[in-house]
Amino acid sequence: MGMTGIEIFKLLPKTNCGECGVSTCLAFAMNLAAGKAELASCPYVSEEAKKILAEQSAPPIRTVVIGTGNYATKVGGELVQFRHEKTFNNPTGLGCVISTDESDASIEGKLNRFKALQFERVGITMRPEFIAIQDKTNDPAKYKAFVEKIMGLTDAALILVSPNPDVMEAALSVAKDRKPLIYAVTMKNGPKMAPIAKKYECPVAIRSDGTLDTAMKITQNLTKMEIKDIVIDTGVRDLKTAFTHSVQIRRAALVDRQRALGFPTIVFANEMASTPEEEAIVAATFIAKYGGIVLLSDLQPHFVYPLLLQRLNIFTDPQRPMTAEPGVYPINNPNENSPILVTCNFSLTYFIVSGEIESSRQPAWLVVKDTEGLSVMTAWAAGKFSGEDVGAWIKKCGVLDKVKHKSVVIPGYAAAISGELEEELSGYNVVVGPREASQITKFLKAFTPQ
Amino acid sequence: MAFEPTKQKYTGAIRQVTLGTGPKAVTVGGRSCFPFYTFEGSMPNAPRIAMEVWDKNPGDDWPAAAREPFADVLDDPAAWAKKCVEVYGAEMIALQTRSADPNADNRPAEEVAAVVKKVVDAVDVPVIVWGVANHEKDIEVMRLVAEQCSGKRLALAPVEEGDHKQIGASCMAYGHVVVASSPIDVNLAKQLNVLLGNLGVRDDNILIDPTTGALGYGLEYTYSVMERITQAALAQGDDKLANPIINNIGIEVWKTKEAGQSAEEAPELGDPKMRAIMMEAVTAVSFLLAGSDIVVLRHPETVKLVKGYIEKMMA
Repeated sequence: MGMTGIEIFKLLPKTNCGECGVSTCLAFAMNLAAGKAELASCPYVSEEAKKILAEQSAPPIRTVVIGTGNYATKVGGELVQFRHEKTFNNPTGLGCVISTDESDASIEGKLNRFKALQFERVGITMRPEFIAIQDKTNDPAKYKAFVEKIMGLTDAALILVSPNPDVMEAALSVAKDRKPLIYAVTMKNGPKMAPIAKKYECPVAIRSDGTLDTAMKITQNLTKMEIKDIVIDTGVRDLKTAFTHSVQIRRAALVDRQRALGFPTIVFANEMASTPEEEAIVAATFIAKYGGIVLLSDLQPHFVYPLLLQRLNIFTDPQRPMTAEPGVYPINNPNENSPILVTCNFSLTYFIVSGEIESSRQPAWLVVKDTEGLSVMTAWAAGKFSGEDVGAWIKKCGVLDKVKHKSVVIPGYAAAISGELEEELSGYNVVVGPREASQITKFLKAFTPQ
Repeated sequence: MAFEPTKQKYTGAIRQVTLGTGPKAVTVGGRSCFPFYTFEGSMPNAPRIAMEVWDKNPGDDWPAAAREPFADVLDDPAAWAKKCVEVYGAEMIALQTRSADPNADNRPAEEVAAVVKKVVDAVDVPVIVWGVANHEKDIEVMRLVAEQCSGKRLALAPVEEGDHKQIGASCMAYGHVVVASSPIDVNLAKQLNVLLGNLGVRDDNILIDPTTGALGYGLEYTYSVMERITQAALAQGDDKLANPIINNIGIEVWKTKEAGQSAEEAPELGDPKMRAIMMEAVTAVSFLLAGSDIVVLRHPETVKLVKGYIEKMMA
């Protein structure tokens, strides 16, 4: 990826002045290629060389920021085709479309659902980010008033949808400070729409005619005008073709370094399905496969919640385990006679163990010990789930004050620590629980803390 | 000049595996590109859906929304399987032998196998028999099932490292397919396939079960292991991983907290039935995109939705 040291060397002054900190321009070029130096360290590099090097070192897919404040949302910026190669960076933006011909009740319903859809999971807030405002009036004054009304009702990142440059400009005159996404520049309206995007300095989507060729032509035209924050819609509404394009765009940008396709994409799932269920699985397709923004017709929680979970899963960094907050979790309203169960803070273990306890309908205190995201067995093997550590945490976390009994249940896979833990917690019975979470219900039903 | 997208170079193809016999036999695999990347390779066989049936009434283990379509047949696994085929158009049945679980009902192996036989005889589509992942019990049950359903080309699951010799031998002796199950790890998946090969199980009698994590409960681990298996098989010439993949989805999704919460318990999550169906469907779609060849699903509406999806993606 990028230029070689020799290619960079050719663009440098070749004076070996040493002011950059290394003795030769060649050594400096090698450092630049390796990402170990900044071009700014060279006081004599030409403007021309700066421009070429900046272009070459730019990330293969542009990161575009849409919206402001709490809803300033990054899309794009991806570096891999498969998440296990590194990680996916910016979660697919989710939102819904509101049209100027909708009733007030319908609009209010969507915006209320938008606001209500906020879920905490493993310390991350899951929520939709976008509201697209679609013009059906073709009347600049009416659309402007409508956009103003919606702006007053939500802080969402906005997408302004109209093919008419006059309509778009009217809306931008009031909405520009919210950094909305302008949708869209086409081959036809480009000469009028592109200058508006430039003038208002807002990110802009292009809509192609269903081909990648036209998409590239339009983005190249915009790039020539020094418009950089671009989002691509190929114009296709057929699921399979859109999927193929999505894969090809990602690959062209990353593998071929095709600049004209190095932008995030937008998917109108609402225009690609005949039922809300189908719409949701179209959305799921593009959460997994490279969609920058995916829009739905509405935000019913039974459709959006599964998509938010999927997005959380797909965009989790595989290099870093997700962790649950260490602490004491009361489950099913436990009291002073309820058992104490100890586990690790690997998020998956936490979800499964707490889920099994919940479904057992038996009250319990679940103590989550910090294992840096390792599972019980791995943590034990790595010395992060020793009797001493676990004992110290049980004393410190305060769970012992919540009960009258003298029993602590440890995971079956950590049976080896029971002796050491009994020493650490003198006077307490250490009970070895089941190895698998699926046996927790059976265990709890038969277990009475002593 | 028209834009020419880069093509991935593939070195191999997933081998084909056939389940069942007669006109309703199902062949999966054969794919020579990443899932649905038909612009640069072929997918001769569409991914298939197996409908989940239990060998006992699941009672409270299943949320009401999952029981409702089968309310009239939950006590009769054969009638249940028949309903899946005749009413819901199931192309395969995945029979979970939950009654065998030594930690629950612990029904004797002979009785469990007799029910499996009844189900297999009641339908003309291929049957996957999914055990309880207890080696001793599964070995006992699967030995009887393999023998009594000789020549039916069932798929027997899960076959793990600890019981692969016994269940693998039963499959070889009576002509069934092995579902090689490993705990979310590419190397362990490969190792088990090698072990089965050493035992004498033919490559085209093996399906890979990578272990399935539900949406929100480890989906990402399964997803990436499947992508890595697919890449190894198709782009890195790893013949020992070039087998079709099966995901046991229904049982994992429907036991999650969110799939079971009522409208009163979780008003913020919308309609409970639709939520659970969508959780199952989104899980299925994710795994189909990562390389699944067979998805085991529970709710008829999920089945319908995912079937339509596969048709569109195969276009």
